[in-house]
Amino acid sequence: MTQGTEPQFRRVARFVSPADRGFAAVVYGGSILFALLIVGLFVELVLGSWPSIAHFGGSFIFQSAWDPVASKFGALPMIYGTVVTSFIAILLAGFVGIMAAVFLADFAPSWLAAPLSFLIELLAAVPSVVYGLWGLFVLAPFVRTAIGPALQKVLGWTPLFSGPIYGVGLLTAGIILALMIVPTVAAISRDVIAAIPRDLREASMALGSTKWETATRVVLPSARVGIFGACVLALGRALGETIAVTMVIGNRPEISASLFAPSYTLASVIANEFTEATTSLYISALIELGLILFIVSVIVNALARLMIWSVRGST
Amino acid sequence: MTVATLRYRTLGRRRAFGALGTALALFCAILAAGSLLAILGYVVVQGVGAINWNFLTQLPHPIGVPGGGVGNGIVGTFVVIGLAMAMAVPIGLLTGIYLALFGRGPIPEALRFLSDVLSGVPSIAIGLFAYAVLVAPLKHFSGFSASFAFMMLMLPLLVRTSEQAIRSVPQTVREGALALGMSNFRATVGIVLPTARPAIITALLLAIARVTGETAPLLFTAFGTQFWEFNPNRPMAVLALQVFNYAISPYSEWQSQAWAGAFLLVTAVFALSLGARLMLRRAMRGLDS
Repeated sequence: MTQGTEPQFRRVARFVSPADRGFAAVVYGGSILFALLIVGLFVELVLGSWPSIAHFGGSFIFQSAWDPVASKFGALPMIYGTVVTSFIAILLAGFVGIMAAVFLADFAPSWLAAPLSFLIELLAAVPSVVYGLWGLFVLAPFVRTAIGPALQKVLGWTPLFSGPIYGVGLLTAGIILALMIVPTVAAISRDVIAAIPRDLREASMALGSTKWETATRVVLPSARVGIFGACVLALGRALGETIAVTMVIGNRPEISASLFAPSYTLASVIANEFTEATTSLYISALIELGLILFIVSVIVNALARLMIWSVRGST
Repeated sequence: MTVATLRYRTLGRRRAFGALGTALALFCAILAAGSLLAILGYVVVQGVGAINWNFLTQLPHPIGVPGGGVGNGIVGTFVVIGLAMAMAVPIGLLTGIYLALFGRGPIPEALRFLSDVLSGVPSIAIGLFAYAVLVAPLKHFSGFSASFAFMMLMLPLLVRTSEQAIRSVPQTVREGALALGMSNFRATVGIVLPTARPAIITALLLAIARVTGETAPLLFTAFGTQFWEFNPNRPMAVLALQVFNYAISPYSEWQSQAWAGAFLLVTAVFALSLGARLMLRRAMRGLDS
């Protein structure tokens, strides 16, 4: 918020009076509760997935059979689906988001920058289920009738774009995810770019660069760590996104080369099957998928925070 | 050929390239903002026609019986979010106060890190946590377990924003209060918190907006019901969950209800976001003066 004006906080006085002691105790209590909740989240996920971990061990991650009837559970198809959809999303959203950020920070006149930023930030507020609804009834038919056939015409010789086009599938899920994470990429990148010192731009312009050359060869490279952090943060959102993906991915635990094929993600299989899971091993396998998701998202987010902090400053 | 003429000869091409690049950047910005308008436009066109008094106040009708509404889901949304706030606000505020007042050292840093980690945890994993703590042991779904999941989703935002809000209250304000003989408790609760209030309310509005449309954890916490339910110890209908269930149903009348529900959700979330924005402006002005 108000950067630079933040006072250096220090312990002003000791908490000596009874009221102060009570106050301190309550404050400590609240914080400890908060910490316990987060630790509890991790512990409960581990406990819940323990039967599955004990039963399948490490092979859980590499097995591609997902057959609840035969009690065979392998996470590989879901890991594949999660990685592919997130990759498509970050590819699309990364390019569009960074370009939009460059425009908003360095090129747009302020009468245009403010409303455009506002619209892009509102995009982040649209609920996931609304994206899913739109994806299911607008985007999926559009992929089936327009985007899919067009891609197939040009790139149909690659396995990626071969096979029947259902409308729902990896590509559609990837595009919906891209829409959902574009605001994250654009908003943070814009802040990072805006934080690059003016001197650099002026020096570059003084040496005769055009505005575009300044933006892409001087400003963007200086901001690359922060922008990369923004992309990683957005990737974290894409990996764990559930409802919208569940609605447009087709829900089939298979690995197929084609991006038009229906698939499954870690989050969407939990959403779809958890309440219908009958055996305790089934439930446990689903919770283990949640645990994998949790661990991956913690790693990804920690990385992203470190990168964004290193340029924008902590808190 | 001198350097000057060389430069001059390429300048035109470089400028053209720059114009092309700028146009591409503009296109990307418009694409991002335009996709919002495309989605919103569709939701409004499809949804607004199905909104009427009955839709807002009635129970869902069985398939084949026209009409019906999401009244129970709207009630459930208020109950679930209200309970979530009642839990999240005290915990979040206390942790924020702790971080702002005792914010140095490894323990507060660890807490900040945990909070940031929590903000990135997928909501479905948090739903599993709520299930493990409140649904599995009690052997029934409940609105309260959904509130618990929502509380976890709201906390990171509340913690970090209340910390920043309290920190941004000038140190002199606090010192003035202490110099007048106030205890730390009274200085914090009576002087610092009221000064930070607009910023904290902003955070609260954003946190509510964040969970209003949240659906994933509800699948196995609130679960949903076809009936009026005011008791959070029982399965509850929630609007976002109804939208999801209607959307994936094969019946066109339910699908059109899904659009109407989506319209309600989007309206609520945008109203909250706009409210937060106005509040934030007030917060900034309060600090400047």
